[in-house]
Amino acid sequence: MSSVPDNLRYASSHEWMRAESDGSFTVGISDFAQEQLGDLVFLEVPEVGRKVEAGEAVAVVESVKAASDVYAPVAGEVVAANDGLADALVQVNKDPYNAWLFRIRPANAADVQKLMDAAAYTKSIG
Amino acid sequence: MKTTPLHETHRSAGARLVDFAGWDMPLHYGSQLEEHHAVRRDAGMFDTSHMLAIDIEGTGARAFLRYALANNVDRLTTPGKAQYSCLLTEDGGVLDDLIVYFFAEDFFRVIVNAGTADGDFAWLGGLRARIAPALSLRPRRDLAMIAVQGPNAREKTWAALPDLRAASEPLGVFFGVRVGAGSAERFIARTGYTGEDGFEVLVPNARAVDAWKRLAQAGVRPCGLGARDTLRLEAGMNLYGHEMDATVTPLECGLAWTVDLKSQRDFVGKQALLARPPLRQLVGLVLPPRGGVLRAGQVVHTAQGAGVITSGTFSPTLGQSVALARVPLGVAPGDSVQVAVRDKHLEASVVKPPFARHGKSMLPAMEIH
Repeated sequence: MSSVPDNLRYASSHEWMRAESDGSFTVGISDFAQEQLGDLVFLEVPEVGRKVEAGEAVAVVESVKAASDVYAPVAGEVVAANDGLADALVQVNKDPYNAWLFRIRPANAADVQKLMDAAAYTKSIG
Repeated sequence: MKTTPLHETHRSAGARLVDFAGWDMPLHYGSQLEEHHAVRRDAGMFDTSHMLAIDIEGTGARAFLRYALANNVDRLTTPGKAQYSCLLTEDGGVLDDLIVYFFAEDFFRVIVNAGTADGDFAWLGGLRARIAPALSLRPRRDLAMIAVQGPNAREKTWAALPDLRAASEPLGVFFGVRVGAGSAERFIARTGYTGEDGFEVLVPNARAVDAWKRLAQAGVRPCGLGARDTLRLEAGMNLYGHEMDATVTPLECGLAWTVDLKSQRDFVGKQALLARPPLRQLVGLVLPPRGGVLRAGQVVHTAQGAGVITSGTFSPTLGQSVALARVPLGVAPGDSVQVAVRDKHLEASVVKPPFARHGKSMLPAMEIH
C-alpha cells in the first residue's frame, strides 16, 4: 500500500503539495509515483523565477525504466528548486514526502484547495 | 498470461511482475539498482524459464545446424562447447539469436528467446521437413532455467547445489554439461547475459523452486528482468527486438563476428548477406555523468546522417547513461553526436561497446565536454 499523508494535497498527476509558513508550497512526487517509476536516476528541476501554468511540465524525473514529467499542480512562480536532490535521488524512493523537488508561490492560493485531499487521492490510486 | 514454475515464488517474494513477451515475469523485487550491483559485485539470479531449450537429435544433426545457423557449428568439436549464433531469414534478417550447445554428433541443444520461441520452433520444423525429416526437434518446456551471475556466482551455486559441483567445476567459459538423464536431467553451462562469470542451470520444472530457494539461502540475490536489461546493455550485448529483428542483418547490428561468410559452407541467408552490404552499424554512446538518460527510439544526429538509439539506459556501474545506436557507416569511436531528448539536443560520445564487464568500466578515459 502506498503511503498518503493526511496533511498534504495531491494532483491527479501524482505530485504532492505542502503549505509553507511563507505562503509558498513545496512540491514532490507521491509514494505511489515513485513505486510506479522504480529507482530514480536523473532529475531536472525548474529555474527559480519561472512562471508556470497549472498542468505545465516543469521538472523531469527519470528512473531506470522511464522518463516522466512532473507538472505544476497550480499556476504560480517557482521560488525554490532542490538542486542537491539530483545527487541523492535514492531519497525520493525511500522518503518521497521529504524529498522535495521545487517550491511554488501560487498565483491564487485557493487553487491549492481544489486539489485532492488524502482520502480522494487514496481512492484515485486504489 | 504464461507463468514459469517459479511464478508463485516471485509473487510471495514481493516481486513487481510485468508482461514480458506474454509471460508474467519479475521486473524487480524492490530495487533494480541494488539487484544490478549484486550481480556486478557478488551474485544474483534470474528466472529465465520463459526461454526455450530445443533438443536436436538424430543422424545429421550437425549438417542440419550447419545450414540452419549463421555461425558455423563445425567450430564446435569438444563435447559441451557452446556457440552464439543468429537464425536468419532467406533475406538475411535476424529471426532470433541463440546459443547452441554441442553434445554429440547426433545431439545438439539450442536455447532461444521467449518472445521468438514458438516462431523459431515452427521455422526449424519447416526447415527440418525440407532437408532432414528423420531428425527429432524436441522443445524442452519440462526444464526450468535459472541464470546465476556474478563474481561469486560459481562458488555460491556449488554451495547451494553441491551435487552439480564435480561436473561444473572443470567447465571452461562457454561450455556446458548434462548431469543425469531422462526426466531427471539437469544441465549446467558457464554462460550468461550479464558480462559476469556464472552459470545457467536447467532443472526439471518440479525441482525449480527447491533450486531457487537453495540458491537464495546461499546468498544469491533474486534479480528481475530490469537488472538483466541494464547488465546486458552495459556488457554491450544485443536484445532481440531492440538491436535486431527480421529487418536488420547481423552485419548491421554488431554481429558480423558471428557470421561465417568466408567458408564454402552454405546457410540460410548467406546469399542475401553477400548481395546486401551493410549501410548501418551498431555503436555505443555515452553521456557525461548527470547529463540525462538515453532511451530507445531517440534520434541520433551524426556528421554522416541520422541514426536511432536501439537501447538506452542509466548505467548503474558507470553512474552515467549509455546506449546502443544504429548509425550510418563512417561514425567512429571518439566522435561526438547529438541526441534529441525531449526539447534538447544532448552531446554524446561514440564508443566501442562493451561499457562494463567483470565489475569494471570499459570506457576509454575520455574528455567529457
